[in-house]
Amino acid sequence: MSAQTTTTLNTLVERIRLRRDRLTAILMLSPSVILLAIFVYGFIGQTAWASLTDWQGLSANPVINFIGLENYNQLFTGLLDVRFRQDLVNTFFFTVFFLAGCLGMGILLAILLDQNIKGETIFRTIFLFPMALSFIVTGTIWRWLYNPGGGINRLPTLIGLPALEWGWLTDRTQIWQFNWQDLPAIFALVVAAVLAFVAYRHWRGGRRRPATISGGIAAVILIWVLAGGAASVQTVPFPEKHGFNIAFIGIILAAVWQMSGYTMAMYLAGLRGIPEELREAARVDGASELQTYLYVVFPLLKPITLSAMIVLGHISLKIFDLIFAMAGADNATTDVPGILMYLTSFRANQFAKGAAIAIVMLVMVAVVIVPYLWTTLRSEHEL
Amino acid sequence: MSTQNRSLPIPMIRPRRVLLYAALILLAIAYLIPVYMVLITAFKNPATINLATVWQPPDPVDWQGFTTAAQEFLPNLRNSFSLVIPATIISALMGSMNGYVLSKWKFRGANVLFPLMLFGMFIPYQSILIPLFQFLNSINLYGGIPGLIVAHVVYGLPITTLIFRNYYAEVPTEMVEASAIDGAGFFGIYRHIMFPISLPGFVVVIIWQFTQIWNEFLFAVTLTSTANQPITVKLSELAGGEAVKWNMPMAGALLAAIPTLFVYIALGQYFIRGLLAGSVKG
Repeated sequence: MSAQTTTTLNTLVERIRLRRDRLTAILMLSPSVILLAIFVYGFIGQTAWASLTDWQGLSANPVINFIGLENYNQLFTGLLDVRFRQDLVNTFFFTVFFLAGCLGMGILLAILLDQNIKGETIFRTIFLFPMALSFIVTGTIWRWLYNPGGGINRLPTLIGLPALEWGWLTDRTQIWQFNWQDLPAIFALVVAAVLAFVAYRHWRGGRRRPATISGGIAAVILIWVLAGGAASVQTVPFPEKHGFNIAFIGIILAAVWQMSGYTMAMYLAGLRGIPEELREAARVDGASELQTYLYVVFPLLKPITLSAMIVLGHISLKIFDLIFAMAGADNATTDVPGILMYLTSFRANQFAKGAAIAIVMLVMVAVVIVPYLWTTLRSEHEL
Repeated sequence: MSTQNRSLPIPMIRPRRVLLYAALILLAIAYLIPVYMVLITAFKNPATINLATVWQPPDPVDWQGFTTAAQEFLPNLRNSFSLVIPATIISALMGSMNGYVLSKWKFRGANVLFPLMLFGMFIPYQSILIPLFQFLNSINLYGGIPGLIVAHVVYGLPITTLIFRNYYAEVPTEMVEASAIDGAGFFGIYRHIMFPISLPGFVVVIIWQFTQIWNEFLFAVTLTSTANQPITVKLSELAGGEAVKWNMPMAGALLAAIPTLFVYIALGQYFIRGLLAGSVKG
């Protein structure tokens, strides 16, 4: 009897201690939670609020009026904010080519290094070292390399060829121009094309219903565009040309130089994780080296490609320092939302409009990051 | 005759291997071209810098010019170090504690809390910059290094927490339970079990934070006054000015790159682990 009481007493003591420890644990975590709650979510809330006002200037007690979505309206349709819209186009093209460049170079370097190379460590160190540098360092160096009268343009002269005549960051040419007013139609057509592709995949897989549904929606969108529905969507009052600024080629090259080591490291880790038996089996089945890569290795690397795309994609959506250092903040041709936000807020003191640009950037990044965080952490719990 | 030849230990020269090494060497040279440019330009006499001869090595090496440049950057290097060291240590210690709680003391709601904390490392900092600027201004920390340390500690918490959480998740729960049965409490377990095995985790986190904070620019350029500028801000100002003597920015780029490059070369494996941890899964 008394032995039993001791055990219950012991478990009781145990339980109280555990509860106290659990409380301590939460207490130890709380400073970080509170700090992040204020500095991330509280501040985002303040920025969002500021973006709905006409707040300007640095005065101690500024008069601030609530003006609803007017700042956003200005950014997307206002005549004066044409620079912001070109910035979005710049970000789009920069992101596409930066991702393509990093993934392409990354997989190429990883495959080359995966062939039992002597001195692999040295090569890996060389391809990865730019990752350790600041974007400001990279930007400064490449700014000098892109000097039209010297730098890269004079490289061919070292082997007796004539110097290049490329303007690099000073080039003002814009290609692939489109009218901003056509954007609803372009967007609708892209959605329709994606849906049509989905329908085709379902149809090939023998799933009639989903095939009909997505195909049907694609057809409706197509008819809507052809009937002039998209053209009647109000965007900007006057035709407005936007396109890909050639000056970005130099920025993309430098960014790929800096970040391709990252994709290389990820792909190399992925390649090393593929069991040799799997490749051996493919070879035994008579697959050539190329076929082994195409049908065995690449499909297994897909999750890595996705992770890399998301990490690099969110970097490119908020790119700031690299372009700031390379082309300068005042270079309208190579402007991006990150720089425009800085200029609008901290040089022109238009805090409200700067806040609106910042919120647009946040939404772009969140669209990429939130689903990724959601799925990654969920699959982790299922394990 | 031919059989004998085959048994001789002459390495076969396979054209595929030759091509492979040629490609790798060419790519390595291409990646190193900017380094060559920095080195030769940083040690040129400003008077001899000429667009037609940019690719020629300095003749002679101008130590004087480099020392002058180094002196110009010295205060900013000092600023960078006095920012990076405390910010790195504080965010690593807090991250270690958070990682311990989140991996070994799971509580209800932790699965929601953790992703919410993580989101903070992906946001564009422009979206918190105006309130942060106001906040630091209101507590009189705007313009100086301490304010910048606060910013870097707070926004460094998500990544340091993530790395430590994934690191501690590998520690067997039985070890923790056994220690708890022996009477160790929350802090006892941390001090006697978790902390002693954390060294590699700390190396990864410290390298990561050191590199990130050293290289950072947006906070540095908006939150500091001229006297407190870290090296990145000084460098961008010098390089962005009109009629620059290009040996100056190149010397500055070299000085700004040396600390992080040194860490990278000395502790490369840990650097890569931090890099891969950034894609959320440890």
